[in-house]
Amino acid sequence: MTGLEELIGVLIRGLGVGSTYALLAVGFVIIYRATDVVNFAQPALMILGAYYVSYYVFTVGMPFPVAVIASMITMAAIAALTERIALRPMVGEPPFAAAMVTFGVFVALFILAFRLIGTNVIVVGDPWGLERTELFGVTVNQVDLAKIVISMIAIAVVGIFLKRSRVGLAMRATALDQEVALAQGINVGRMFGLSWAVSGALAALAGMLIGTSAGGVSPLIAFVALKALPVIILGGLDSIQGSVYAGLIIGVAESLTRAYSGTYAPWLGSNFDIVVPYAIMILVLMIRPYGLFGTKEVQRV
Amino acid sequence: MTAPSQAPGHSTDAAPTRRTAPKAARATLRGRPELYTRYAADQALLNTTAKKVWTAAFLLVVILLPVMPFSTRAWMGNLTLVMIYAVGGIGLNLVTGFAGQVSLGHAFFIGIGAFTAAFVGGASGREAGGLELEMWIWLPLAGLVPMVIGLLVAPLAARVRGLYLAILTLGLVFLGEHIFREWAYVTGGFIGRRAPDPVIAGFNVNQRQDIFGVTVESESIFYLFCLVILVVLALLARNLARSKAGRAFAAVRDRDIAAEVMGVPLLRTKVLAFGVSSFYAGICGGLLAVAFGQITPENFGGLSGLLLSVEFLAVILIGGVATISGSIIGAAFVVLLPRFVEIASGYIPFVGGQGSGEFLTVFQANQILFGALIVVFLVLEPRGLFGLWLRVRNYWKAWPFSY
Repeated sequence: MTGLEELIGVLIRGLGVGSTYALLAVGFVIIYRATDVVNFAQPALMILGAYYVSYYVFTVGMPFPVAVIASMITMAAIAALTERIALRPMVGEPPFAAAMVTFGVFVALFILAFRLIGTNVIVVGDPWGLERTELFGVTVNQVDLAKIVISMIAIAVVGIFLKRSRVGLAMRATALDQEVALAQGINVGRMFGLSWAVSGALAALAGMLIGTSAGGVSPLIAFVALKALPVIILGGLDSIQGSVYAGLIIGVAESLTRAYSGTYAPWLGSNFDIVVPYAIMILVLMIRPYGLFGTKEVQRV
Repeated sequence: MTAPSQAPGHSTDAAPTRRTAPKAARATLRGRPELYTRYAADQALLNTTAKKVWTAAFLLVVILLPVMPFSTRAWMGNLTLVMIYAVGGIGLNLVTGFAGQVSLGHAFFIGIGAFTAAFVGGASGREAGGLELEMWIWLPLAGLVPMVIGLLVAPLAARVRGLYLAILTLGLVFLGEHIFREWAYVTGGFIGRRAPDPVIAGFNVNQRQDIFGVTVESESIFYLFCLVILVVLALLARNLARSKAGRAFAAVRDRDIAAEVMGVPLLRTKVLAFGVSSFYAGICGGLLAVAFGQITPENFGGLSGLLLSVEFLAVILIGGVATISGSIIGAAFVVLLPRFVEIASGYIPFVGGQGSGEFLTVFQANQILFGALIVVFLVLEPRGLFGLWLRVRNYWKAWPFSY
């Protein structure tokens, strides 16, 4: 394998990981735009989503694509329910309190996932495994291609839904100004629930994609989901487009660091790739305090 | 409260007034303890008789606690932890409570303090280096090194606000874990290193000692030592809070644009808040290292670092935002509550110790409890336990005439 082929392989892997980050980050952004809440429960939703894919494939015996869709529907329902029970009473309370509530939801769902999964490693039963395929003369893992294609399709579907559909318009109106949306006859509460449902479904999809990695599904993949935080900050809290770019940038940067830091920058220490997202986030915030695509807060006196 | 100008003996002629004021004050104080004749008295640390009496009584009790018959060594250890958490809590309160900059990176600075202490005070061994200096060098350094790093980070943190700031500081915790793991010469790497011995001029404050023929347990000595540190640092923080700098903190917190318009230097104020806060965090870290005995990067970084930061947020949010006493109450609450849950776990359904097979472990039950309490306090009593105390006090102040 030549250096160039290796580089392309690394880039594809980075794009694969990055697109799952983007998927998670879009979920964060949808909820943030609709309800002004940073949803710390997203990692737990993701783990549960991965668990349900595995459950539907192996215990119920569904074919894999059906199981993924079933898991997305399940997580959408769980997320909407969470919003109704835990977050709706927090409307109008300080945003920090609402964020703490999502943190509590995270702990609760995380414990639930811990009980469901236990110490055994479960796999999502994906059809890709370690299969490799030839693409433009370079051998790449099918799973990386699957990650990129599925994430981009999912994000595109969400984007078109928000842009073209009537409900999407209502969600954007809610995100823009809740009171005005209410005055126009939009059921704002339902839009909140819908945002959570969309976000939950995306989290399930991301969980499935991350669960395809060698480690399988374990509660520890919550660490991976935490990387969506630097991604949304890098992209700007309220920009879906930004979170896609930021996800890809961070995925590629991480992959490049993992592959080359040992050779070219050994002083960074091993496993520096784990903190690369945070380092990039801090560097970018130094130059652009609102992320790459975030709305600059206008200060009025 | 009566305005000072109504006090007897107060005339337009300033000079004689100043001479006679104390005498007049003493005369009018009898029966009217809250009549201030000077601004200094109004702004004093202990501005009412009740405060003086209760502070003295409280101090006496906490000083005498080690010799009480019911004080077991384990409880002295817990109370020491309260003191240490209170120091860290005051630090976080300065930056988050007084200056309004939400920081999730407190664990990072605590970690730097702990490892600085371990490096400067620890012995040079196989796994890590060390300078083997005494405590009167390593404890101040444990505060100063994080302070310098805080001052370096602060200009960046001052540029961002709100959630951006919270997640930026969260990033510090993860970067910190990496540095703590990789810089093995200082931190001992993955397995960590032993805490430094707290020796001052040959006297180990964490060792059983014979003082004037009385044997004092190590826990009691270290408890008293931490108490002294806490009292000194709490006084300093209280004085900072009521100084020009403290008022600048509050102005920045309440409305930063207005503060800037009025001539409060925004950047300098935020940088100062972060610096002082990091100093307190570092001292907390140095003492925490001694209390833990062995410190690892796991203690202060990554997910457990995030939980530690959230714990300190719980200290100030439950205790009372922007109050020093609140930080101490909150620290007591946050440190002692898990112990009570542990004791009570036999009686609470679904909660058991590690590996007992119950639905929740004690640790998980505490996480949920803290989260729930933070939310409850944020929604119902944003001033925390200190606010509850204020309500009780104000109720009895006017009793039986409630309006």
